Amino acid sequence: MAGASKAVADSRANLPFVYRQYSAEQLKQVLYKMYLIRRFEEGAEESYMRGLIHGTMHLSIGQEASAMGICMPLGEDDQITSTHRGHGHCIAKGAEVKRMFAEFFGKTTGYCKGRGGSMHIADVAKGNLGANGIVGGGIPIAVGAALSSKMMKTGKVVVSFFGDGANNEGAFHEALNMAAVWKLPVIFVCENNGYGMSTSTARSTAVKNIADRAAAYSMPGVIVNGNIFSEVAEASYKAVERARAGEGPTLIESKTYRHRGHSKSDRNRYRTKEEIEDWMSNRDPITLFENELSEFGFIDDKGIEAIRNGVAQEIADGIEFAKASPSPDVSETGNYVYTEQA
Amino acid sequence: MDAMVRELSYAQAIQEAMAIAMDMDERVFLMGEDIGVYGGAFQVTGDLVERYGTERVIDTPISELGGAGVAVGAALTGMRPIFEFQFSDFATLAMEQIVNQAAKMRFMLGGEVSVPVVMRFPAGSGTGAAAQHSQSLEAWLGHVPGLKVIQPATPYDAKGMLLAAVADPDPVMIFEHKLLYKMKGPVPEGYYTVPIGKADIRREGRDLTIVATSIMVQKALDAAAALEAESIDVEVVDLRTIRPMDKQTVIDSVKKTSRLMCVYEAVKTLGIGAEVSAMIAESEAFDYLDAPIVRLGGAETPIPYNPELEKATVPQVPDIISAARDLVKGVR
Ligand SMILES: Cc1ncc(C[n+]2csc(CCOP(=O)(O)OP(=O)(O)O)c2C)c(N)n1
Ligand SMILES: [Mg+2]
Repeated sequence: MAGASKAVADSRANLPFVYRQYSAEQLKQVLYKMYLIRRFEEGAEESYMRGLIHGTMHLSIGQEASAMGICMPLGEDDQITSTHRGHGHCIAKGAEVKRMFAEFFGKTTGYCKGRGGSMHIADVAKGNLGANGIVGGGIPIAVGAALSSKMMKTGKVVVSFFGDGANNEGAFHEALNMAAVWKLPVIFVCENNGYGMSTSTARSTAVKNIADRAAAYSMPGVIVNGNIFSEVAEASYKAVERARAGEGPTLIESKTYRHRGHSKSDRNRYRTKEEIEDWMSNRDPITLFENELSEFGFIDDKGIEAIRNGVAQEIADGIEFAKASPSPDVSETGNYVYTEQA
Repeated sequence: MDAMVRELSYAQAIQEAMAIAMDMDERVFLMGEDIGVYGGAFQVTGDLVERYGTERVIDTPISELGGAGVAVGAALTGMRPIFEFQFSDFATLAMEQIVNQAAKMRFMLGGEVSVPVVMRFPAGSGTGAAAQHSQSLEAWLGHVPGLKVIQPATPYDAKGMLLAAVADPDPVMIFEHKLLYKMKGPVPEGYYTVPIGKADIRREGRDLTIVATSIMVQKALDAAAALEAESIDVEVVDLRTIRPMDKQTVIDSVKKTSRLMCVYEAVKTLGIGAEVSAMIAESEAFDYLDAPIVRLGGAETPIPYNPELEKATVPQVPDIISAARDLVKGVR
């Protein structure tokens, strides 16, 4: 993305990374998208309650700065693999919410034509190779995509998002090792929200920080506050530079929190109300970013209002689009199992 | 129904069986992802952690291969683990330990050891969880000598077969259809077992044998009840165990009815239906057949997310009714 001009940059010299690196327009766009992720998930949740969406879903409410920060330095050609908690990644990488809603409603206009739903949301055209129903499933795939990038000399960088729970799967360890041995342009992003379902990292993971595991695979391990957009974006920026320079992978641990339960069936028995409340009222990533933007003079109240209204409209339109879209015909269950050949 | 016999859900029946097994034998313990305070993804372990503590109801990290291997190792060395997979689909991550280790250990070591591990697999479609959380992979494991593979279809059998599995000296894989968990049925209190390797005739009939597994047993019974009105008399055999299979019960039933249909949720080809059909074709029952054998199984596709498509990919009661009617009337 184009940076801020020299004069502006000087006046921002003491501000955090993103305020030096990006223009006010770009940063306002980030706020817009953070709201878009939040309202999309609230809209999806409400549609689920009203019976318009079936199955289950995993909401990333509270983790928006992580998705946006990581994707900030990525170009449209760069690629990501995502997780079951992947709505934010999908939007951050450029997906349209109307086609995401359509997917959730099982419609042909959805990104997966109604076959995948929330857990398999993808937008291949925009470089999102897909969410994944298998914890850790996307990590080796990202390494494969990075291998393609290296072999085909496309210059693409690949980001693999995964949760703290996934770092205990064998796939994580095997993938990090190969990426390091082959110096592949891949960034491993562990969104550590404290829990894999009900199991806290303290109960599941032998190291204190997931980033500590980078040492075992000879790559930098970076810890960031995942609720502060600028911190995440800065770490991602450096990892992208390193990857593009052919220096190999980075493991970023983005410490964050999910406000909602694990999925639709969570009784929240493994954490306290106080803990949830604390993260919601004191460390909400959107509030933190919005406050910084105002404080540093990048936006005023009217600007914020305009963003919120714009997002509300896009969400309402998206839901209407999804509702009005056709369902696939049951005669088409056999489609896409194999590649159609003329 | 006997007023003395309580009704429990399928999930409660399994939970009760696990509690009885732990009460009876201190070597029995539970392992799995989120089976403690969360109660298990389908609330099968429920509150057992409160009664038995975290030493015997162990939350594992999200590590299926490692977890299965730990269970195999513990079983090999004197414990009696019951390992829960959160979804049967994740057996794919643990195939090494199940197929190469658990199944073959006793054989490879010339009978010097045994692996009395029980693994539980919530399986099947119908929950909108899409392609990676809806599969029926029991035939994969059924293909492996050394394993026993069961699919209880009622709360009564779920309890009795689990207790039989715990008592069994060899690895037993239990596939539990997720839509059965809420199904209620009579379950006696206390200890009892239902033998592994024994099919059950759930309904007697003269015109047609339906061999069904898991959730398809109830669907076949519903279809049979509907077909009564057309004077079609269906016998429903609940296979219950797919390895080792109770061939004789199926053979005897087919000899009586002269027609065979297999109904199962897994992908139709190369599965249980093929095995049962071939087994009949190889047996003395072949000469008794009045019509070609019919298989009703899942579509040759992954399970789709869209609810209508999802339903259309597995056999439903109307499909069974019309296939059974055609079979009995000789329509091909
Ligand atoms: C291989 C596998 N095991 C278990 C699950 C069930 N499961 C889905 S999400 C999840 C927790 C994942 O935790 P984490 O990686 O921290 O991601 P988070 O949900 O916190 O975003 C579990 C156990 C699964 N989908 N795949
Ligand atoms: Mg987590």
